[in-house]
Amino acid sequence: MTAIFILDDEEIPFIPGQTIMAAARAAGRYIPHLCWDHEFPPHGSCKLCTVKVDGRFATACTLAAEHGMKVDNRTAELDDKRRTLLQMLFVEGNHFCPSCEKSGACKLQATAYELKMMTPHFDHFFPDRPVDASHPELLLDFNRCILCELCVRASRDIDNKSVFAISGRGIKTHLIVNSPSGRLADTAMSLTDRAANVCPVGVILPKRRGFAVPIGSRTYDKAPISSAEES
Amino acid sequence: MLMPHYSMPFENRSQLPTRNQRGSSVSAPQHAEIATALLERNRKDPTRLVQILREIVEALGHLPRQVLAMVGAELKLPYGRVAGVAGFYHFLDIDESARYRVLWSDNIIEHMQGSVELCEEMCRRLWIEPGRVSEDGLVSVGYTSCIGMGDQGPALLVNGRSVTNMTRERVAAMVDAIRAGIPLATWPQEWFAVADNIRRRDILLDHRLKPGAALTAALARGPAAMLGEILTAKLRGRGGAGFATYQKWQACRDAQGCARYVVCNADEGEPGTFKDRVLLTRDADLVFEGMSIAGLCVGAERGLLYLRGEYLYLREHLESVLGRRRSAGLLGRHILGSDGFNFDIEIHLGAGAYVCGEESALIESLEGKRGTPRSRPPFPVTHGYLDAPTTVNNVETLACACLIAENGGDWYAAIGTQKSAGTKLLSVSGDCARPGIYEYPFGVTIAQVLADAGASDTQAVQVSGPSGICVAPDEFGRRLAFEDLPSAGAIMIFDDGRDMFQVARNFAHFFAHESCGFCTPCRVGTSLVKNLMDKLNAGHGSPHDIDELFKLHRLMQSTAHCGLGHTACNPVVDTLNKFRPAYERRLHSLEFEPGFDLDYALSQARQMTGRDDAGAHLANES
Repeated sequence: MTAIFILDDEEIPFIPGQTIMAAARAAGRYIPHLCWDHEFPPHGSCKLCTVKVDGRFATACTLAAEHGMKVDNRTAELDDKRRTLLQMLFVEGNHFCPSCEKSGACKLQATAYELKMMTPHFDHFFPDRPVDASHPELLLDFNRCILCELCVRASRDIDNKSVFAISGRGIKTHLIVNSPSGRLADTAMSLTDRAANVCPVGVILPKRRGFAVPIGSRTYDKAPISSAEES
Repeated sequence: MLMPHYSMPFENRSQLPTRNQRGSSVSAPQHAEIATALLERNRKDPTRLVQILREIVEALGHLPRQVLAMVGAELKLPYGRVAGVAGFYHFLDIDESARYRVLWSDNIIEHMQGSVELCEEMCRRLWIEPGRVSEDGLVSVGYTSCIGMGDQGPALLVNGRSVTNMTRERVAAMVDAIRAGIPLATWPQEWFAVADNIRRRDILLDHRLKPGAALTAALARGPAAMLGEILTAKLRGRGGAGFATYQKWQACRDAQGCARYVVCNADEGEPGTFKDRVLLTRDADLVFEGMSIAGLCVGAERGLLYLRGEYLYLREHLESVLGRRRSAGLLGRHILGSDGFNFDIEIHLGAGAYVCGEESALIESLEGKRGTPRSRPPFPVTHGYLDAPTTVNNVETLACACLIAENGGDWYAAIGTQKSAGTKLLSVSGDCARPGIYEYPFGVTIAQVLADAGASDTQAVQVSGPSGICVAPDEFGRRLAFEDLPSAGAIMIFDDGRDMFQVARNFAHFFAHESCGFCTPCRVGTSLVKNLMDKLNAGHGSPHDIDELFKLHRLMQSTAHCGLGHTACNPVVDTLNKFRPAYERRLHSLEFEPGFDLDYALSQARQMTGRDDAGAHLANES
């Protein structure tokens, strides 16, 4: 007998040990998420993938699936919470989509479209986060960071460089780079690192390649994030 | 495996430079020399990173980047990792040196005792702004979360040392001492006096057990039978959640792994709680003995006591008790002549992070990391400290285990109520004649506690601190027990004269300050709640803002990563439900307040045209 769980009335098969998120993705089903990437162990910080498992809230990317679980995903209640979480991320940083090179390929933006977020709703925090243009090939625009730690994980676990880390706490939590000077140029970062192309938003960008893809052909111009999931 | 060098990190402490012997201008080579000595003393063990950084701050007064880089190089950790840990903890996140660092306890109870005015007075006398180091690098004055002295406030920390019972006279004298550069060691000793203030004793505070007696009894019973007594006793965790101690110990004992650990959670950070401080002061033997009994039951050879950084002053005393117990054969190898029971205890200090009271965050901190709660499952009983089976227990729970070892589970279960066996230590503070420690059998009513503490005209009682529950007078008949009001033991009393809105606002600030920042809802939500409460306080609020508070509460309760976020809005929601007028009288309008003031927007045009007649005014829509 194949192990299955129910995701919004549809049976999803899974391998024991697989998380709800991983099983749903394997079955071609979309659970909104930002800090999860199928190439990395789950992190569970963005909370966009919050689902209801047998009536209790849980994080789909960290919770192992169990046979017979009933998982609510795209309900009005959950999408409403996800929209609020997105609004929180938008007001926490400084996100100006029209001028951002990542526009159209940004997961934060695409998820906001998917969940029909119409306004930021909350007062903006407008944090002061200077950009770091010290590196010859890469630009860091911390204003857009959503603290998913994908770059932290990629640099540490795949590139073996630990170029990125998290410092501060609470609303002052922020991304730092691995050098006492605080400059990316003084780290071992290179353009070919996995960490250089893992950012779901527009923090880590290659230099001299801005706006290369015309509007209409960008990743999420072609299909919404719910169906254009990374292959 | 038993490690022989437990006591080493704290030996020869007096030979190391302390901040008060150095000037504020220690040179970079000296920094390196001091840091090297401290790294050596901690065996260059990366799991001791928080301890190492703490000790460097104690010696240098701050953490310069070059020192962080050096620590990283020596421990073979990336710089970013070390800087990230330093940036997490309130007592480590210091990049500017001050010879005297004064931190007032930011507890609402102490605000009520006048701490804010006294802090302002201190700043005025020192000619400094709060939170900033004086130009000459002499002093900084700021706030920190409750330091566990609510029964003898206003209190503060100066270079990590607790000072209680602050008055205007004491502020003046302290300012003089700081200006004269007098070392802390020669400040009047009565400033540092911390009283126990025990007001009511029961079985725990009046146990009369000699050191070693309970452990002898436990060894005589044997691990399995001892665990059986814990089950019979129905002992539940005293940190507030009330998880069955037997279940935790049994699960840890049954878990796969070659090493097991006992962790004593002495990170008593919940504002208004100070009972563990008193237990550790008066009866450290009982706590260490409880840890040893836990070690016996689960099969652990190492115990770690995580002492909150604010209780730094207790470290020396605790180390001396540990030393005495080692000499007496109560710690170490073949304890009390037993065949195979080896156990020793090490003390770790926190560094100013409330969230480390959460057991998995505490374990992260013990491993030298940022105090971010882990995703669970797996739970610490199977994957805890260094991924090994670990039982994390509250100070009081472990002390209770001694009573059970000596007197048996049946005796213990007969005390208290059906589902809450035994007694509970309460930390009582606020508007009452006799603040301090009260021990009652479980099931005592709030009204009884208030009467015994000499409280009158009580408007509200905050049970179990900001993350607990706010109780109004019609509920004073409720009982302190897991079946009614579960509690870690904080009882904060507010009389008729207090503004419950300000109480909730103080708690909102507390949670925003202490959120670890890992998950979106808590990281951003606690700050949004704080800002909304400040907006209401400024008189700019509308009923919409109150709806927003409820909405944020529901979101954080359902999506936050750990208990901090789940409970962060409790005090706001409780006071909104029970003390609504305290909020409504602050609202600009009970109706909708427009975000845009039409009439105000026209004021410039009126000024320019020189008109001020009725036709030049617009009524705001309502």
